[in-house]
Amino acid sequence: MHDLVAITPLGAAEPRVDTHGPVTLSEITDTALASVAARLGQEEQARAWLGTTLGVAAPDPARVGGKDLTAFWMGPDQWMVEAPYRTHEMLAPDLARQAGGVASVTEQSDAWCRFDLAGDGLADVFERLCPADVRSFKGGEAVRTSIDHLGCFLICRTPEHFSVYGPRSSAGSLHHALLVVMRSAH
Amino acid sequence: MTQTNRLQGGMIDRSRTLSFRFDGKAFQGHPGDTLASALLANDVRLMGRSFKYHRPRGPMTAGSEEPNAIVELRTGARQEPNTRATTAELFDGLVANSQNRWPSLRFDAMGVNDWLSPFFAAGFYYKTFMWPAKFWEKLYEPMIRRAAGLGSVSFEPDPDSYDKGFLYCDLLVIGGGPAGLATALRAGEAGARVILADEDFTLGGRLNAETHEVAGMAGHAWAAQAVARLADMPNVRVMPRTTILGAFDHGTYGALERVSDHLAVPEKGKPRQILWRIYSKHALLAAGATERPIAFENNDRPGIMLAGAVRSYVNRWAVTPAQNVAIFTNNDDGHRTATDLRTRGVNVAAVIDTRPDAPDGGDFEVIRGGVITNTSGRLGLTGIEVRTADGGQRKISCGALGVSGGWNPNVALTCHQGGRPAWNTDIAAFVPGSTLPPNMSVAGAANGVFTTHGAFHTGAKAASQILDHLGLSAPAPDLPEAEDGPVNLTPFWHVKDAKRAWVDQQNDVTAKDVKLAHQENFVSVEHLKRYTTLGMATDQGKTSNMAGLAIMAEVAGKSIPEVGTTMFRPPYTPTAIGAFAGRSRDKDFRPVRKTPSHVWAEEKGAVFVEVGMWLRAQWFPQPGETHWRESVDREVLQTRKSVGICDVTTLGKIDVQGADAADFLNRIYCNGFAKLPVGKTRYGLMLREDGIAMDDGTAARLADDHFVVTTTTANAVGVYRHMEFVRQCLFPDMDVQLISTTEAWAQFAVAGPNARKLLRKVVDDDYDVSNEGFPFMACAEITVCGGLRARLFRISFSGELAYEIAVPTRYGDAMIRKLMQAGEEFDVVPYGTEALGVMRIEKGHAAGNELNGTTTALNLGMGRMVSKKKDSIGSTLSEREGLNEDDALKLVGFKPVDNSKPVPAGSHLMTKGSQVDAAHDQGYVTSACYSPNLGCHIGIGFLKSGHARTGEVIRLVSPLTGIDHEVEVVSAHFVDPEGERLRA
Amino acid sequence: MMIDHPTLGPRDAAEFVYMGCASLINRPDWQAEDALQQFIDYGYQRDNPSGAHRELWFHEGGDRSWLVVTRDTVTHAITQVELARDVARREGRSK
Repeated sequence: MHDLVAITPLGAAEPRVDTHGPVTLSEITDTALASVAARLGQEEQARAWLGTTLGVAAPDPARVGGKDLTAFWMGPDQWMVEAPYRTHEMLAPDLARQAGGVASVTEQSDAWCRFDLAGDGLADVFERLCPADVRSFKGGEAVRTSIDHLGCFLICRTPEHFSVYGPRSSAGSLHHALLVVMRSAH
Repeated sequence: MTQTNRLQGGMIDRSRTLSFRFDGKAFQGHPGDTLASALLANDVRLMGRSFKYHRPRGPMTAGSEEPNAIVELRTGARQEPNTRATTAELFDGLVANSQNRWPSLRFDAMGVNDWLSPFFAAGFYYKTFMWPAKFWEKLYEPMIRRAAGLGSVSFEPDPDSYDKGFLYCDLLVIGGGPAGLATALRAGEAGARVILADEDFTLGGRLNAETHEVAGMAGHAWAAQAVARLADMPNVRVMPRTTILGAFDHGTYGALERVSDHLAVPEKGKPRQILWRIYSKHALLAAGATERPIAFENNDRPGIMLAGAVRSYVNRWAVTPAQNVAIFTNNDDGHRTATDLRTRGVNVAAVIDTRPDAPDGGDFEVIRGGVITNTSGRLGLTGIEVRTADGGQRKISCGALGVSGGWNPNVALTCHQGGRPAWNTDIAAFVPGSTLPPNMSVAGAANGVFTTHGAFHTGAKAASQILDHLGLSAPAPDLPEAEDGPVNLTPFWHVKDAKRAWVDQQNDVTAKDVKLAHQENFVSVEHLKRYTTLGMATDQGKTSNMAGLAIMAEVAGKSIPEVGTTMFRPPYTPTAIGAFAGRSRDKDFRPVRKTPSHVWAEEKGAVFVEVGMWLRAQWFPQPGETHWRESVDREVLQTRKSVGICDVTTLGKIDVQGADAADFLNRIYCNGFAKLPVGKTRYGLMLREDGIAMDDGTAARLADDHFVVTTTTANAVGVYRHMEFVRQCLFPDMDVQLISTTEAWAQFAVAGPNARKLLRKVVDDDYDVSNEGFPFMACAEITVCGGLRARLFRISFSGELAYEIAVPTRYGDAMIRKLMQAGEEFDVVPYGTEALGVMRIEKGHAAGNELNGTTTALNLGMGRMVSKKKDSIGSTLSEREGLNEDDALKLVGFKPVDNSKPVPAGSHLMTKGSQVDAAHDQGYVTSACYSPNLGCHIGIGFLKSGHARTGEVIRLVSPLTGIDHEVEVVSAHFVDPEGERLRA
Repeated sequence: MMIDHPTLGPRDAAEFVYMGCASLINRPDWQAEDALQQFIDYGYQRDNPSGAHRELWFHEGGDRSWLVVTRDTVTHAITQVELARDVARREGRSK
């Protein structure tokens, strides 16, 4: 086992948690990510394999789904697989092996920072952040959008629980935007 | 203070009293008041001075169209000029000051302009300040700047915050009057997602200003009930204090919500205003109509206002502007004001109606066929002079005059997409034209339907059509009973032969000015606007444009529709710049990107530099170093002597996989990649299709079907976009998949003669890093520090024996600490972007300054890299004759002949003895630095014929900075030209 | 402006990056006899229509698809949106 100690995207030893009004904002570090992109001509096989891996059908455009592993749609024939980091640090190489050549897999764990927002009135927060129709979200939506000039994924687990993935290097700016808007909206 | 002009009733909360100050004097009002209504209640009619002549002015309107009563609201940093007293909500402690006057509102020294008015006619500035030309800068401009402008700003930073947001709806209803409310109710009940926005703080529109009953109850009570019903519907969002500023493409609307303007100070954390972008499937414009005045001699005295505004003050705010009020009208609506005044017990001095056949009003005198020829009262109206139908003159004393020239539908938003309004003769006004913004409907007064009954019915009809479109069904509406009086109006725009009949009161434009403009051949309405300033400034001519057009038509002998209207453009009402900036201001102007070693670098006292959005360590000062170059020289020398470490995470990294990955790289790089073995890295030069260099970097082959491509920091986004274009649009059937991994890996350059020894201490023993086992340009996936996955590349930007090592970003902080610790025995230094730059210039490596969008592979000394055996982007056009001339610019190095002289980048190169001009230009210096290894300044740059001139002494000139000395042309590779170090 | 993405539905144009005329898909054959002239025309000759214009937009703030958008340059009305990859295949760019 190596002896290097990880820091969080916000640059601290422990993830940060902020609460304002009904909303709790949590920095989430226990997420391993791997992108899965179907090889040319293997789109159906890739979708089928991903479905088997997830235990549910590979998500349709702008959707998220899964059981132990979850995945959200990123683009045509491309998904991002999410798993607990603690148990799946080697998610990308593991999936690459399992994919058997039907998909290209790329480690994305540390390309992103993740912030989860939980509580009531999340639509009030997100409608000030990005041009996504968050008020219509019922759970299961996943859109890539812009939050204060940052390309982010917005994942609606339930209307009371959203995840935001943003570029890890801008975690501070993204966190600031989320916090400012929480105070503005609530 | 007593509110002497306050009447009974009204929509104000008398249970609470609010104190406020205007021009230092204390007054009282009630919640529900505007600043204007509260001042009028306190018998204050004089609220401002006009722009040009500084004439005393009071409110003309009761809404956002107000031209006159504009004040500086609040004090200190929150002071906002040009705030309309007619829309500013009263709050306890409000402070407002009149503007455009000195020393006081009642005595204004600049009022002298009024006496000089014969000199200030239309086009005054254009005619007067033309000559002598040299007077412009020193005399005219400062003079005009001092005199010009409305109000003043605090020059302090805005202490408030602004937010923005995005809303979706099936139907956006613009305006909360009867038409808007009826439509919103119908659509809301049918289940549509509805947004109802109104600029007022109390919805209801004219229902709040009139005495008509709706469904057997007071109009405002019905409106309040409707709003309450809407507020209970989860699919309806009611947005008071929200102005729709513009109608943009494809159903997008801009809206400004004034969240906190009715409070003394915004609540903690809350924005002052929010700029919303509303995405609508349909929009209904129900913005009502604006009353228009009639121009006559001295029609601008405080107390002269629109008749409908008088009704608003009387009915909604229970305020009369004076105890004795006259009316001047060309339509029946003016009579309504007289009736409402009488009902409230206010004396009506007379109704002067321009129509000989005007109806009989009731218990007030009607002077049929009469016109007002003059008024009196220096700081407020005291009386009017009337010419009766039989030519007689009458003087009537009154403290206020309500004027009605008819109503103009608020068509502005129908024109934001290029539509033009159409003339409707029945109401003598422009109505929305046939070309509306897609999916916009118009109902009620905005569509020229002026009765409450008509508003309900046109609103209901629009709602039916919209619901049909949305596929929603709703039962036929049960519309409330409401008044349905006909519009009786005879157009009448201005009383002729007046010396100064004000058409545009905000810009002090008279009927005569309009005529003068026409006489001087400014016959297009757009020219009329610019020449006279009619319709400019904060009110954009909402009350003045029509009369201007009518007078223009009259003198041109044309009809009004032939003259046409000026364009309506967003924003509908003035909007604070802060609202457009939203959260993107000051340090939040744009996001910051931090490197994985940022926390560590901060601890080390690094000086940071912004590189795009990245914050990178520029150098690491040590105790005792007082000048940045001391630090940089030390970092460079120590790296070349032993070993240095630099965070290079910011370089773009793109993962390229697929069976055709190598073939794909062959297309995007001008040099070949197909034969690159697994475990090797190659430098690649990317061209634009026109043959100009776009970006450079390396591609490391991790597997047959897997490469990692690097880009420059600045071009990472653009290169990825380009690669997706090539993949999707040019070669759609290549098996290749792309994804950015820039942020996934923390990458550090470890450079210097001791780099290998240092790395050996962190790379796990299973991996060979010897020169034989891991030679120059090798790459591998390895583990470090006892099992952490990592990537190792033997590439060198510094020219030294160097590696780049990448670990998952979360371990980047730990990794640099580990590397620094392992390097202690070698006196390792961290180095920043300055030392990085020095070393790459010493080595002659091209970077952004050289790949500057004008240079080709040939210019960069890499002409032979462009493979002619394969198709790659830019290869064909790079062969153009003009890019391949014999004396083409080539990258070379420069050393000063006098070692003490600098070689500044941007300086140009001239042959000795030649003229210093563009025709004799031989090239230019692109990058320069002080080289601590050479002990002098050096530069690299582009020189005609390049290396062929090695050894030539050439003139370095920069006429702008006075540089003019000699440099010697040398190889760009100042350090280790044979590349022995990096292969060591 | 709103662009009706073929996969994702209407999305704000602010999420997209504009490149230009969709004729850029039709990159000439580098081995043609008159390849240089063809590339010059490809690179520099553009129509500038007043009316319908087929143009390339990249959904950078979204799914990273290049789209061919048919937009009226006068009214901004968008009449057709397709995945550029489909267009490229249809126009014979398959390997």
